[in-house]
Amino acid sequence: MATHMAEPAAGGADTAIEHLTIEDRIWLLRAMLLMRGLEERAMSLYRQGRVPGSFYDGYGQEAVSAGAAFAMGPKDRLCILHRDLAAHLIRGVTPARILSQYMGRAGGITRGRDGNVHFGDRKLGCVGMVSMLPDMMLVATGMAMAFKLRGEKRCAMTWFGDGSTSRGDFHEAMNWAGVQKLPVVFVLENNQYAYSTPLDKQFAVDPVERAAAYGFVGVTVDGNDVEAMFEAGRAARERALAGDGPTLIEAVTMRMHGHAAHDDMKYVPKEQVEEWRKRDPIERQEARLRSAGVDIDALRASIKAEIDAAAEEALAGPMPDPATAVDGVFCEGEAEPLGDGHAPWSGFASNGGDV
Amino acid sequence: MPTLTYLQAISSALRDELRADDRVLLMGEDIGVFGGAFKVTDGFVDEFGTDRVMDTPLAESGIIGTAIGAAVVGMRPVCEMQFSDFISCGFDQLVNVAGKMHYRQGLAVPLVVRLPSGGGFSGGPFHSQNPEAWFMHSPGIKVVAPSTAEDAKGLLHAAIHDPNPVCYMEHKHLYRRVKGEVPSGVFETPFTARVAQPGSDLVVIAYGAMVPVALEAVSDGLDGASVEVLDLRSLVPLDEEAILDSVERCSKVVIVDEANATCAAGAQVAALIAEKGFESLDGPVVRVATPDVPIPFSPPLEQAVLPGVDRVREACRELLAY
Repeated sequence: MATHMAEPAAGGADTAIEHLTIEDRIWLLRAMLLMRGLEERAMSLYRQGRVPGSFYDGYGQEAVSAGAAFAMGPKDRLCILHRDLAAHLIRGVTPARILSQYMGRAGGITRGRDGNVHFGDRKLGCVGMVSMLPDMMLVATGMAMAFKLRGEKRCAMTWFGDGSTSRGDFHEAMNWAGVQKLPVVFVLENNQYAYSTPLDKQFAVDPVERAAAYGFVGVTVDGNDVEAMFEAGRAARERALAGDGPTLIEAVTMRMHGHAAHDDMKYVPKEQVEEWRKRDPIERQEARLRSAGVDIDALRASIKAEIDAAAEEALAGPMPDPATAVDGVFCEGEAEPLGDGHAPWSGFASNGGDV
Repeated sequence: MPTLTYLQAISSALRDELRADDRVLLMGEDIGVFGGAFKVTDGFVDEFGTDRVMDTPLAESGIIGTAIGAAVVGMRPVCEMQFSDFISCGFDQLVNVAGKMHYRQGLAVPLVVRLPSGGGFSGGPFHSQNPEAWFMHSPGIKVVAPSTAEDAKGLLHAAIHDPNPVCYMEHKHLYRRVKGEVPSGVFETPFTARVAQPGSDLVVIAYGAMVPVALEAVSDGLDGASVEVLDLRSLVPLDEEAILDSVERCSKVVIVDEANATCAAGAQVAALIAEKGFESLDGPVVRVATPDVPIPFSPPLEQAVLPGVDRVREACRELLAY
């Protein structure tokens, strides 16, 4: 059972440094800080009654999405889960649009059609998640299938949680991807709880071991180490593009907040939370960069200013017009496929984005 | 014009699309080397290869889910459910992922799901269903149901060209029983209703396999009454104008579904007429449908529940006398 602090996979953070410039490493921290800051701001907007519905965040899990998404190229395609805001930020979704999304404003990614983190910017190569959590595993598998059929050097990546491993779509996607040897990267975000249900009620065998049963590689990674997550994503993408098939990355982490804003997490032992607090992914990356001479305070200040400006912009934006509530159920024009996303990793810069 | 069976017309549309558009991809269980449970894709692998006529794992959610993924990166997948009944296993992907995608994200999902449906051959409770109403009730999905060979081809071309998810209900009972002249090459049949037979005393509204049943039922035994048969062809969108036009001209309406009666397509048609065609009516709206029962296996039981020529004729006769 992967409740323990996993050993970094072979080729972990140390290998990552070979592939990461100091600017890349700062980018990773930036993405995590922006994610945490935006979610904290959204939570305060929720408490003020400006975010309708409920509110979900990924506090303490920022490294999982930041690290893995950073390894994705512009033409790769992503299905991002609800505790993975950093992946959206890396792909190029702006903070103001994200806060607008939380508040159900017209300027949000779904223009008020869907809430909280249920979005994907199609112009940036992302398909928004649905609430039936492993569903997107099949969508990512299908994107990878199209890439392989067309002989394109691209991959698809998707995230899902420990609870998702219990549903049939997890099996169907893992099996399909294994049978067809597809360029897809599955990131299993093992954050110890599916709502209130702990791992020992979810599976009898650590799900990373299932990868072998489906015929591909499974690795367990310290999900609170952003550079290790990047390296696992990079290596998985390399395998995918080389035609070596899918990878299951089990990122071991901890959901530090309740399932959603209403959940006081009484079912989680305090010691468990305290233990994981010491492994905060942001503090870890900050310590690394501070020792490399990076001015962390200045970085934090610039991110705070960015979030302040985003909040101001989002709060000034209009709510959607009720007269448009039934618009857009069907596509009336040409079907336009997903566009390309941002890919800030320096490894892409020298290769025109086609590493 | 060549004469094709309904099944040959479906094959013809698929073949023409595969030839015309590299993005078109057929996915399903046993559709490749075996040619499909009903042989719709017989011989296709020889011309198009196993990549484009793909034998998938036995996983209906997998078929729909991966087809959605392929569609949003530029493919035009056409999925075959071996039997329409099995779409229950792919329901979540179709309804929650595909159906809601454009509304939520502005992302089109050009996807066709072929659903061999209907009973009449002792298929039993898991090989005889007509699940079209499930999808009529799910926003973002179009639903079409041809009754002739020409429409089988034209509606399938139109479905494949449509930028939205389309459920294409192909009735198994019509596969080899219905024949007709079908234009060659690619043509589109619009998602609108068609007057299968004009009339002025009563209109029978039907779709799919119930259209030939209705035509036979009104062909004699109604004392020379002038009976119209309206073939809906498309259930989403529903051709309200054509329905109300027939009601206005005929004043009496019999609606026939092979599906289970409650909340069936015909129930929606009846509701539409009650809301918008009431003033035209000269009698109660009459429905003929399968009672709310799983489709039984044994022939006398199955024939007892599926609407047949006699039930439709009797309903017409009673309503004409009203």
